[in-house]
Amino acid sequence: MKPSAKNSQILLGSNRVTVYNNMPKRLFWTLRPELGLGGERALLLALVLFVGVLSIAPLARLAYAALVTNDGFDLDRIVDVLGGRRVLEATVNTIWIAVSATLISTVLGTIAALLCNLTDMRKRSLWVFGFMLPLMIPPQVIALAWVQAFSPASPLLGILGWSLPPGMRHPLYSMGGIILLLGLYNGPLVFLSVRASLQRLPASMIEAAHANGAGHRAATLDIILPLIRSGIFAGAALAFVSAIGNFGIQAMLGIPGRVPTLITLIYRRLNSYGTSALNDMALLALLLAVLTVGGMTLTAWLGRQGDQRVETAQRPPRIALGRWGLPIVGIAWLYHLIFLMLPLSALFGTALVRGYGQPVNFETITFQNFSNALFYHEGIRDAFLTSLWVTLTTVAVLIPVAVALGYVLTWRQGCIAQFLRMASEMAYALPGIIIGVAMILFFLRPLPFIGTGLYGTVWVILAAYMSNFLALALRPILGGYAQLDRGLDEAAQLAGAGIFARLRDIVLPSLAPAVMASAILVFMTAINEIQTSVLLVSSRAQTIGPMIIFLEEAGSSTLAAAVGCLMVVMVLVLMSGSLLLGNRLPEGVLPWRD
Amino acid sequence: MNQIQTNNIAKSYGQTEVLRQISLSINSGEFVAVLGPSGCGKTTLLRCLAGFERLDSGKIDIGGQTVSGPKRHLLPENRGIGVVFQNYALWPHMSVTQNVAYGLKISGVPKKERKARVAHVLDLVELGPQANRRPSDLSGGQRQRVALARCLAMESRVVLLDEPLANLDVHLRGALEEEFAAFHARTGATMFYITHDQSEALALADRVAVMDRGRILQFDKPEALFRRPSTETVAGFIGEGRVLEAEDIRPLGGGFASAIVLGQPVKLRCNLDQDARAHAKISFHPGDLHMIADAAPDGICANVTRATYRGAYLRANVMAGPSGAVPLSVDIAAPASLTSGQQVKLALNDGWVIPTTHPTCNHI
Ligand SMILES: Nc1ncnc2c1ncn2[C@@H]1O[C@H](COP(=O)(O)OP(=O)(O)OP(=O)(O)O)[C@@H](O)[C@H]1O
Ligand SMILES: [Mg+2]
Repeated sequence: MKPSAKNSQILLGSNRVTVYNNMPKRLFWTLRPELGLGGERALLLALVLFVGVLSIAPLARLAYAALVTNDGFDLDRIVDVLGGRRVLEATVNTIWIAVSATLISTVLGTIAALLCNLTDMRKRSLWVFGFMLPLMIPPQVIALAWVQAFSPASPLLGILGWSLPPGMRHPLYSMGGIILLLGLYNGPLVFLSVRASLQRLPASMIEAAHANGAGHRAATLDIILPLIRSGIFAGAALAFVSAIGNFGIQAMLGIPGRVPTLITLIYRRLNSYGTSALNDMALLALLLAVLTVGGMTLTAWLGRQGDQRVETAQRPPRIALGRWGLPIVGIAWLYHLIFLMLPLSALFGTALVRGYGQPVNFETITFQNFSNALFYHEGIRDAFLTSLWVTLTTVAVLIPVAVALGYVLTWRQGCIAQFLRMASEMAYALPGIIIGVAMILFFLRPLPFIGTGLYGTVWVILAAYMSNFLALALRPILGGYAQLDRGLDEAAQLAGAGIFARLRDIVLPSLAPAVMASAILVFMTAINEIQTSVLLVSSRAQTIGPMIIFLEEAGSSTLAAAVGCLMVVMVLVLMSGSLLLGNRLPEGVLPWRD
Repeated sequence: MNQIQTNNIAKSYGQTEVLRQISLSINSGEFVAVLGPSGCGKTTLLRCLAGFERLDSGKIDIGGQTVSGPKRHLLPENRGIGVVFQNYALWPHMSVTQNVAYGLKISGVPKKERKARVAHVLDLVELGPQANRRPSDLSGGQRQRVALARCLAMESRVVLLDEPLANLDVHLRGALEEEFAAFHARTGATMFYITHDQSEALALADRVAVMDRGRILQFDKPEALFRRPSTETVAGFIGEGRVLEAEDIRPLGGGFASAIVLGQPVKLRCNLDQDARAHAKISFHPGDLHMIADAAPDGICANVTRATYRGAYLRANVMAGPSGAVPLSVDIAAPASLTSGQQVKLALNDGWVIPTTHPTCNHI
């Protein structure tokens, strides 16, 4: 017996020991049948099936269709299609637009992040909310709002009398317009990435620079920017992917402006030739995928060059703006006035007049567009209801899948985990329209047991959403896992809980806030989705996202504006509502929370 | 019944070999402490025993059954092992009661019995009044006791503990050390206790395994580690041990030998099979050195460089030996005064001839 146990007065009394010893002992091995890897194997199998059927198989089908037609592999056809004048023009436009827009986003996002994280700017939370808002509004609505910005109904410019003279070409219907809007739209993505880097930057580094005599300018250029370099490039990679795959803005401005890009080319070919040109569309989609992955890889590679890793969780100091405070904060809010209030107010203005081109005043103002959109227009109502149930189903399916997938990605190694990781990252990078084309190809043929194809039904849209939003659902959940102590799961494992019991009893409750955030993000993005559904909608199955484009194309600008306004209101309500969850959410899962 | 046997287990992460050929044989009901510097692989060894890591080679038997081995890996949930994690790993969304009851619920213990057992173990660790609190509303020591209660409730026959006291302050440690001893006495479970605090290890354990860079250097009773270290590293690691070169080692029989240390003849302990050698390493502790009268005919001459008051005794740092170049520490009973620069004479009362290195551990 050890001396300490003998000498010390045994804390808990020896009379109880006998009681304890009389209790039935846990039978060591025989209590539970040996399940081997049972539960976990089943889970992995289910995940591989889910990801395989919804992501890998359609994309493989797309690649196959792009390269092999009924006549077999034909290099001449491929050269022919890709070398066509329209395709070449669209490719060059796509690259040029994506690169220029990425530059704008990067500069904008970086400046905004520096301003918000390093200075004592007042009302920062509100400003960040405003800065993130456009990212949450569907791009086609943003484009529509900007188109309306120069109409007579625009309250800001209309009052100044600066509306566009009739007959003049809209200045945003141009390459420059597309670049500007894409650049503004994706700035928040860079902002988020840079802000995450800045939060890891230790205060002492900046203070040391000041102690060595560096002013704010020198400290920013020589110390801060090099240290957050990887964050800037990671954000730029995201902005590039998002710009090259942004259907809403490219279509709303590019089609009337006659600036073809790969995305609009695919869309228009499907509209004019139907499914007979699917092989060529697949080839274009493949080209777009290659450009996307190439650009992203290049940016990520650039970011890794000379990467400085800093690992601390201190908060950086707030630089007092002092006498520069007023002008800088003024410029920051002016930015919101021009780039947020101007287009959104114009959108509301247009939604409030009877006919396009009228100014808003007591004679023209009407709520008819809103009441039409909400109650009387059957197409809109059906589309909204379809969007709603498809989105809710997507959320309901994706959230459990993402929790299980996050578990495997965070805590398991091995080739299956590796495969799942790769597949989910790929799905994140590829533009939605590529998923759209892949889904058409995959579901066009009659299914083995049902006998009919699913193309043109709402089921394809549902499948496309699941495939497209899995990566989005995964991101906040992975963030939640990163903050979770693995010991919690291991302790439950030792208590005998199998994988499903642990996911239900331990992981899910601990992840609850991140799961909420994930559900909100997926819901907000999917309900107004346009990129994938624009190819998949049919007369039988409409969703609300593409409705704006169809209404605008049909000349119902005021109705389109009303639908856009309702989307903005819905987004605002969801964003503000989610803020009420407040501090229970882990840091950084809600992009719009400072 | 609950013995643990590891056979040449090895584990690498990529290129780093974290565990190298570890063989341990732990008896049923034994309290074993694992001691070693940071990063030597203690946690990895524990995770292998618990089943969280798969072995690269070797095998682990627990209670006579192979739980890890080539082509065989029993999942942690089926091993019936209890683990007390360093940070306790209490489930934050469950109350104390729920934390303790969870394992019983999973194994299908009926609600009534479950309740009784949980109440009983919470009583044992004196947490009855806190039963409905969340872990976040408990003090560090109370959380520790919840983690213990969770183990107790499962009646695991093998309990692994990973530095369970590392996060606590000194006062609490003393109290909880006693609690571990009581826990062990009460359950008779086999305990595998990781720590890098050697006083904790020596005080609690039946046997201590000293680890370094993925190997077990020595696995022995605390007293044996202290008095008969088998390698220089162990000798230097335990109890401020000091290792010196000695000359002319001659066995005297009966586990003793004579040798020349710092120019002075001394009598030392050694292995029974110690052979005569010209050179060997010996180990001793500060308490084995004594100050003797300056006039004594022999003795080690030393120069005091610094004397520190330590309460019950005075710790003197000296430079000793014929050339005055060997730093030593000596403890001198309290009412004494030494000044820096003072000349003293020392005698070595006890020491241990470190056995010539075995082929198995000479290339560590
Ligand atoms: N998952 C892992 N991947 C790669 N290396 C690892 C991993 N886990 C541990 N290591 C490495 O293995 C070595 C041993 O780690 P281990 O955690 O077992 O040390 P330890 O003895 O418990 O240290 P400490 O006393 O600091 O807790 C370390 O060098 C560590 O960096
Ligand atoms: Mg450790």
